[in-house]
Amino acid sequence: MKRREFLAAGGAIVAASALPARAAYPEKPLRYYIPFSPGGESDIAARLQQPFFKAKFGTELVVESKVGAGGALAWSQLNTFPGDGYTIMGSNLPHLVLQPLEGNVQYKTDDIVNIIFFQYTPDAIVVRSESPFKTYQDLVAAAKAKPGTLNFAGSGTNSANHAAHERLNNLTGTKTQYVAFKGTGDLVASLIGGHVDGAMSYASLALAQRGKTRVLAVASDKRLDYIPDTPTFRELGLDWVDGAFRGIAVPKSTPEDLRRKLSDMFAEINREAEFRKQMTDQGMELVDITYDKMPAFMEERKKVYLGTAKLMGLAK
Amino acid sequence: MDIFGNLMLGFSVALTLSNIMYCFIGVLLGTLIGVLPGIGPIATISMLLPATFVLPPVSALIMLAGIYYGAQYGGSTTAILVNLPGEVSSVVTCLDGYQMARQGKAGKALGVAALASFFAGSVATLLIAGFAPPLAELALKFGPADYFSLMVLGLVAAVVLAHGSLIKAIAMIILGLLLGLIGTDVNSGVARYSFGLPELIDGVGIGTIAMGVFGFSEIIRNLEQGEKREVFTKSITGLLPNWADIKQATPATLRGTALGSFLGILPGGGPVLGSFSAYTLEKKLAKDPSRFGKGAIEGVAAPESANNAAAQTSFIPLLTLGIPSNPVMALMIGAMIIHGIQPGPQIMTAKPELFWGMIASMWVGNFLLVVLNLPMIGLWVKLLSVDYKYLYPAILIFCCIGVYSINNATMDVFLTALFGFIGYLFIKLDTEPAPLLLGFVLGPMMEENLRRALLLSRGSPSVFYERPISLVLLILAFALLVIVMLPNISKKREEAFQE
Repeated sequence: MKRREFLAAGGAIVAASALPARAAYPEKPLRYYIPFSPGGESDIAARLQQPFFKAKFGTELVVESKVGAGGALAWSQLNTFPGDGYTIMGSNLPHLVLQPLEGNVQYKTDDIVNIIFFQYTPDAIVVRSESPFKTYQDLVAAAKAKPGTLNFAGSGTNSANHAAHERLNNLTGTKTQYVAFKGTGDLVASLIGGHVDGAMSYASLALAQRGKTRVLAVASDKRLDYIPDTPTFRELGLDWVDGAFRGIAVPKSTPEDLRRKLSDMFAEINREAEFRKQMTDQGMELVDITYDKMPAFMEERKKVYLGTAKLMGLAK
Repeated sequence: MDIFGNLMLGFSVALTLSNIMYCFIGVLLGTLIGVLPGIGPIATISMLLPATFVLPPVSALIMLAGIYYGAQYGGSTTAILVNLPGEVSSVVTCLDGYQMARQGKAGKALGVAALASFFAGSVATLLIAGFAPPLAELALKFGPADYFSLMVLGLVAAVVLAHGSLIKAIAMIILGLLLGLIGTDVNSGVARYSFGLPELIDGVGIGTIAMGVFGFSEIIRNLEQGEKREVFTKSITGLLPNWADIKQATPATLRGTALGSFLGILPGGGPVLGSFSAYTLEKKLAKDPSRFGKGAIEGVAAPESANNAAAQTSFIPLLTLGIPSNPVMALMIGAMIIHGIQPGPQIMTAKPELFWGMIASMWVGNFLLVVLNLPMIGLWVKLLSVDYKYLYPAILIFCCIGVYSINNATMDVFLTALFGFIGYLFIKLDTEPAPLLLGFVLGPMMEENLRRALLLSRGSPSVFYERPISLVLLILAFALLVIVMLPNISKKREEAFQE
């Protein structure tokens, strides 16, 4: 009778495999390309997703880095991968909008099929603890009193930080100097060493440099738990909720039902209490911009980034 | 708690049976990837990261750190035995290490490398334990202007690296600077010399150039020699350095340790800069610089102690400030975060058992490395007697795997082959490629900091002489330049360096 059970089970397997492959999806490991170096926020988020993906969907999520050209190397190759649902790639905003405007890359914003954005790190003005600027108002007053003297560090040129800096200048009517560094890790030494007046970075920097830095304002929609005394830009009267969004994109050839399925799967991981805690502990705020909300979200984002791109001189 | 109490706490963590085991696995893996040319700690650590999920955080970090400094040990082995750098930081070890091997002193060279590394590692561990916070503060004092001046000093010193004509050395440095220009300019965001290839937008990797110019080209050169290759394995006598060797190597080791420890703390410094500078310093200080490049024992001891010291002290900014001073440290930050530890200034007080446990484990790791490496010297030397028709294809394959694994890019493998050919031309032209690599490392950092400093000063060059650190470094550079340029000394130099 054992044998009969075995045969029955075997029959079930045959029946299952006769159905379209999708019924059993995912039946093998997924390859998850990350366009940024290991150890960065995109990589860390992906690696935090790994164990939950395995536990929920019974297969591995293999994280592989494909680093280059600020992510553009991977994104320009995305649509050459098979759209069978087993290749996914980290996707980042504002990079996906700003890079094609800048013109050096071999993809267009609309080439990239985003299925979800699941987290973001809000823009923030960070100064070192010894800084004379205690509040956002101090900083703006100083910037107005002596135009062109203050220096702000940020990660990269034509990057999210750069865009945020131009936006700050524009919204406050001030003139400060942006100083580009190679990544956030690179600018921290100059920030806490006092070689620049402040940094236009992400709020998460304050978590990493607790005790050494002070956040003057943050671009989240409400105050963040780990910096409860820091006002949001909205409270300060600026219409500014923004930051670096991180999500997942798939090759264009991926069928509609798989796009939805993948979007749901990662949204499900986002609902896990433990995952939420691990992410927020690192200063990554969770969002749920799933596949159905994507068109509207991207339209809104493109409009905002086009505005900042004009300030940076990237677009007319 | 005082330093001894802290160290006791650290050793109580590091000396548990399981942590000794993970430390051992780490340094063993590190030695292995160090010996294999091309395969470096970045690729290894990122591949192993998911596997450490199941370990307790302290054990995972102890193991990953072991891989990093273990690789500095292993890198010298290949450099000495086959004139191929196992790691970029052991490029200069090739210069004299391989010559020692040719003279039948391979065992001695390996022994000195291991002992110098152990000494440097132990000192650097004590430095971290005793002075990590003030040293980190020192690193913070360095602003963009100071970095620029440090790079100027480094470039002037690079001239001394070469044996052969001064013109050729300068030409190689400039070629290195030009190669360093390839890629996106951080200040303007413009891609330079990328020829529209997306693979070149981030520039050429140092591993690609080092493996090509030092690895592939050496293999091509050996092919040319056909069957008449020198066999020097038979004549190997004493494996361990004798008293005279130790006396000769000790001052070099001390200086190498000091220089390496210092450069390791500075962001962007690390083992590569450390080993190059230490070699340069020894050559400059030597009574008879002509011995260098011909098997001088100091030429092995200095860079090997420096790269190991630097590998260790580069943990200082990571552990005290949460700042990664090189890509491997950035990866360590990622590893910490994945294990739920927020790196940064608070780590020392919030997680003392992790902080001190890691430091203590470094000493344990260094000890294990000596125990592991000294008895294995005989084994490594035996490698030399492996038929070249097996050894070289194997090395080539490992080089290709290693170069590919850095970025998962096939383009890098082709570039390495191209640099291999260029390196072969260098051999034919009788030029020393080590200054090229130094120019390549220093050039981009120099440009970046020059432009950053001028941006901050709104274009006024006075920052370079008004800041005391910068001023001192520039004076040193100028003094060195005068020594090199003065006609009579220069003539002596030519005599000394010309074969």
